[in-house]
Amino acid sequence: MATPDDLRYTQEHEWARADGPRVTIGITDYAQDQLGDVVYVDLPASGTRVEKGQPFGEVESTKSVSDLYAPLTGTIVERNETLESSPELVNADPYGRGWMVVIEAEQPDEVGGLLSATDYQELTGS
Amino acid sequence: MPLMGPPHADEPTAFAHSRPGRRASSLPVLDVPEVDPAGALPGVELADAPIALPELGELDVVRHLTRLSQRNHGIDAGFYPLGSCSMKYNPRVADAAAALPGFRDLHPWAPDSAAQGTLGLLWDLERWLAELTGLSAASFQPAAGAQGELTGLMLIRAYHEDRGDARRTIIVPDSAHGTNPASAAMCGYDVVTVPSGPDGLVDVDALEGLVDGQTAGLMLTNPNTVGVFEVEIARISSILRAAGALLYYDGANFNAICGRARPGDMGFDVVHLNVHKTFATPHGGGGPGAGPVVVSDRLAPYLPGPVVALDGETYRWDADRPKSIGRLHGFHGNVGVLVRAYAFLLALGGDGLAQMSAKAVLNANYVAAQVTGSLPLGFPQHRPMHEFVVTGASLRAHGVRVTDLCKRLIDLGFHPPTNYFPLIVDEALMVEPTETESRETLDAFAAALNQAVAEAGTDPDLLRAAPTTTPVGRLDEALAARRLRVRWQPDGG
Repeated sequence: MATPDDLRYTQEHEWARADGPRVTIGITDYAQDQLGDVVYVDLPASGTRVEKGQPFGEVESTKSVSDLYAPLTGTIVERNETLESSPELVNADPYGRGWMVVIEAEQPDEVGGLLSATDYQELTGS
Repeated sequence: MPLMGPPHADEPTAFAHSRPGRRASSLPVLDVPEVDPAGALPGVELADAPIALPELGELDVVRHLTRLSQRNHGIDAGFYPLGSCSMKYNPRVADAAAALPGFRDLHPWAPDSAAQGTLGLLWDLERWLAELTGLSAASFQPAAGAQGELTGLMLIRAYHEDRGDARRTIIVPDSAHGTNPASAAMCGYDVVTVPSGPDGLVDVDALEGLVDGQTAGLMLTNPNTVGVFEVEIARISSILRAAGALLYYDGANFNAICGRARPGDMGFDVVHLNVHKTFATPHGGGGPGAGPVVVSDRLAPYLPGPVVALDGETYRWDADRPKSIGRLHGFHGNVGVLVRAYAFLLALGGDGLAQMSAKAVLNANYVAAQVTGSLPLGFPQHRPMHEFVVTGASLRAHGVRVTDLCKRLIDLGFHPPTNYFPLIVDEALMVEPTETESRETLDAFAAALNQAVAEAGTDPDLLRAAPTTTPVGRLDEALAARRLRVRWQPDGG
C-alpha cells in the first residue's frame, strides 16, 4: 500500500495535504483497498463548516458505506465534482485525482498534529 | 430464435418470443354493439394505440417462466447457507394451511363475525410468540424485520414520552445489522455506537460509560452477528435498566435460542421476530414477510392498533387504544405469512422447537469444525451458536478475496454464505447452515469450501474468473450500483 511521506494521516484513514490554510483531503490507499470498488461519494457543498473528528460525508462501496471524518476544523471551499460521475478514481488514484474536498482550516497548525506516514503505516501494518 | 434449449442457455425476454396475433385463449365474436371509448368516458385521457405487450401462447409463457425459475437458486434447488438469514426448508404443510379457502379467501373487510377462525389463529399465535419470547403482547402489522425494528423503536419512544422523559439516543453495537442504526435514525434518535471487545462480544465497560439519562434504549441481537452468545447479557440489561433505558431484541438470530432461552428473561422489553425466517415462509425473493413485535406489559398500551381481543368466546378487533402509536400497515399485516408460522409452530410443538434450535447450533458447529482449519474463526474465543464467521484474510497472499471464494462456491454448486458482514471481521464469511440440512449436504459444502481455499493457493485465476457454470458470469457490481437500471427498455438501453 502506498503511503506518501509528504502527507499527514488520520486514524480513520483520511489523508491531508496542506498548502497554507488550504488543506486537501482524501482517503488512503489502504482505505480504498479495504472498501473495495467505490460506487458513490457523498460530499458536503462548498461553504459547509466541518469540525475535526466529526463525520462530513460518506463513501459507498460494493461492500459497505463508511463515514468520512474531518481531519481538522474549517470550511469546505472546494469539492471534487468529478467523483460524482467517476467515483472509481478513489480506487484508481486515491492521492491524486481521487481527492475529495479542500478545507480552509481555522487553525492550519492542526495539520501538524495528524499522523505521519510512518505512524500511519504502523497503525495499518502496511 | 429457438424457444427451448438447455437449462443454462440464454433466455430471451418475453418480447423476443412475441408473434403478432398469438393469444393464450380466443374470445367469442363480439355480439354487442361496439362502443367508442372516447364517447363512453368523457374527460378521460385515452391511449392513442394499444400498449405494446408481448403476444404469446399460454405454453410459451409457462415455458418461459419455468426456464427463468430454473436460473434462480433457491432453498428448494440447493443448499443456501446465507448467514443471518436462516434459509431453512419451509415445510409444505405450512403452505397447505395458508391455502385453505377459509384463510386464503377471507376479505380484509370481512366483519369480525365472519372472521372468527382467522382472528382465533392470530390470538393463539400471539400467545405462542409471547411464550417463546417471555413477553406478553404482540402486534402483527410489521411486514418484515426492518419495519419491526422501526415499530419497536417507536414503542420505546412512546413509552419515554408518555412518562414525560423524552430521550435522545439509542445505543447500537458496532457489529449490529445495518438496519439497527438505520431504524434508530429513522425514528429520530441519535445513534451511539458501542465497540466490541477483542472476543467479539459487547465491550460492557465501554457500554457502561456510554449509558446516561439520554439513553432511550440499546438494540442487541443475541447471539450477536458473529454468532456468539452475549454471556454478559444480565449485566448489560441491568446497566440499561438502572438508567431507565429499555432493551430491544433484534430477532434475526432467534433460530439459535428458540425454545431454549427467552429474550424477556434476559431483560428485553421488545422483540421483533422474522417469522418468515425462523418459522416457515419461503424468503429471499423479496417477500412478503412478517416481523411481528412482541412486548412486555409496560409497552403493550402503545402497540399499533387494532389488536385482537377475546370477549368470552368471541374474538374481535380492538381499536379502542388511546396510547397506540397508530397503524404501521394496511389491514392486519401479511396474514398468509402468519398462518404459515402458526402451522409450523403447531407441527413442531414446544419440544420440536427446542430440538430445532439445538440442531441449528449443532449443524453450524459441525461445519465450523471441518472448515476452520483452512479459514479461522473471526473470534475463536467463544463457541459459535447457529452461525459462524470466519476470516478469509489469509487469501490476500494469493491475490484472492472472499468475494472470489464465494463465486467459486457457485461453480461448485452452492449458494455463497454472507460475505463482508459483520464489518468487525476482516474479509468476513458468515455461514448459517440451519437445522434442515442432512449430514451429507453439510459434508459436501465443507469439502467444497476447503477445496476452494486450497485452489486459491494453487490456481487463483480459477477463483478470480468464477463463476463459469452459470448463465451469467461475474457481474460488474460496481457498474451495476453506479448505473442502476431497474426496468427493461425496448432498445436495450
